[in-house]
Amino acid sequence: MPLGSGETLRLGEKLKPFRERVKELSGEDVGLCYQCGACSSGCPLTDEMDLLPSTVMRMVQLGVEEVLDSKTIWICSSCFTCQVRCPRGIDVANVMEALRQLVLRRKYDRVSIDLLPPEELRELPQIALVSCQRKLTG
Amino acid sequence: MELPRWNCCGTVHALAKDDVMHHLAPVRVLLRVEEAVEAGLVDEPRVVTLCAMCYNTLKRANHLYRNDSDKRRVIESIMEKENRPYGGKAEVIHLLELLSELGWGKISERVERPLEELRVAPYYGCLLLRPRGFGVDDPEEPRIMENLLEALGAEVVDIPFKSRCCGAYHTVFMKEEAAELSYKILRQASEMGADLIALSCPLCMFNMADRQGLIGRLFRDFKGIPVLYFTQLMALAFGLEEEAHLEENNPDPRPLLRERGLWR
Repeated sequence: MPLGSGETLRLGEKLKPFRERVKELSGEDVGLCYQCGACSSGCPLTDEMDLLPSTVMRMVQLGVEEVLDSKTIWICSSCFTCQVRCPRGIDVANVMEALRQLVLRRKYDRVSIDLLPPEELRELPQIALVSCQRKLTG
Repeated sequence: MELPRWNCCGTVHALAKDDVMHHLAPVRVLLRVEEAVEAGLVDEPRVVTLCAMCYNTLKRANHLYRNDSDKRRVIESIMEKENRPYGGKAEVIHLLELLSELGWGKISERVERPLEELRVAPYYGCLLLRPRGFGVDDPEEPRIMENLLEALGAEVVDIPFKSRCCGAYHTVFMKEEAAELSYKILRQASEMGADLIALSCPLCMFNMADRQGLIGRLFRDFKGIPVLYFTQLMALAFGLEEEAHLEENNPDPRPLLRERGLWR
């Protein structure tokens, strides 16, 4: 069912496990989110995202597992601006990490350092390569 | 003194709640701090970091180790080959915090060549300030770097983007997008009249300084602005020119400093 279709989306038994899994992995209670949009308005990377961070939060609340196909979860750089500003005390960066991990643990790496041209690899500092690998590969 | 047998902290704190393995590297560093005290090398189990990412990773791992007894047990068992487990006593501080503790007056006393008329925009980035509870200062209204720069005699330029993300590790696979983020920060600093930018994190340094060639190709109006570690500005103000190693910075800040009478 497309979001915004006006139909009532019920949290079926089938959808619950996804939301629970995200809660378990992130340590965050996504149910607390009341969609104020503070995370989305402060996020410096929304230009590159297909879904706003607050939309991702809503999809997780509703148990919509397709959120894992979103570009947004890979664009989040864990800058924690949303964590500082969320009036509900949710660490949205933790939720994004949980969503990334759900994909990475199925052995789907987002990037491969092997694909970088050698001249680019040489100019990149270790701190960039290590953090990139830590965030985008399993 | 340099910590004996230090290792890479892993650069980022593992956020997934079931992840234990990635906390081993920072915990190992913290154990080395306690060992340095035992060996009589230092009096207190304090470790000072200059890098914002090390600061964040070590500090968060320390907090987790002290407060999560289950994970602590698992980490201890994996690290059984060490002489003893980490006792949770190390304290992680950033150099800016140490300087603040010493007192800005003391810093001022050491200044031999005040950075007068040098307009410096402090840039904090993310991990010096966030997440809340793990920063060196208030996450929204930091003052610590401003205080240091003022103690060095510089004129502080307060830019709204001072704690906005520079693009971080996206510089690897999304370098143009990361360059755009850095460009916006650099342009704002220039527009607000800053001569140069002071920062602490080496990844920010790469994105905001080393990537200026790329930024110039992507954004034709970009003119370039020097970026220095805050420690380099300290060296300059303390009269330790050689220690500042300004020849390593790109773009080269020396012509500008020479113009202001701050370089030979």
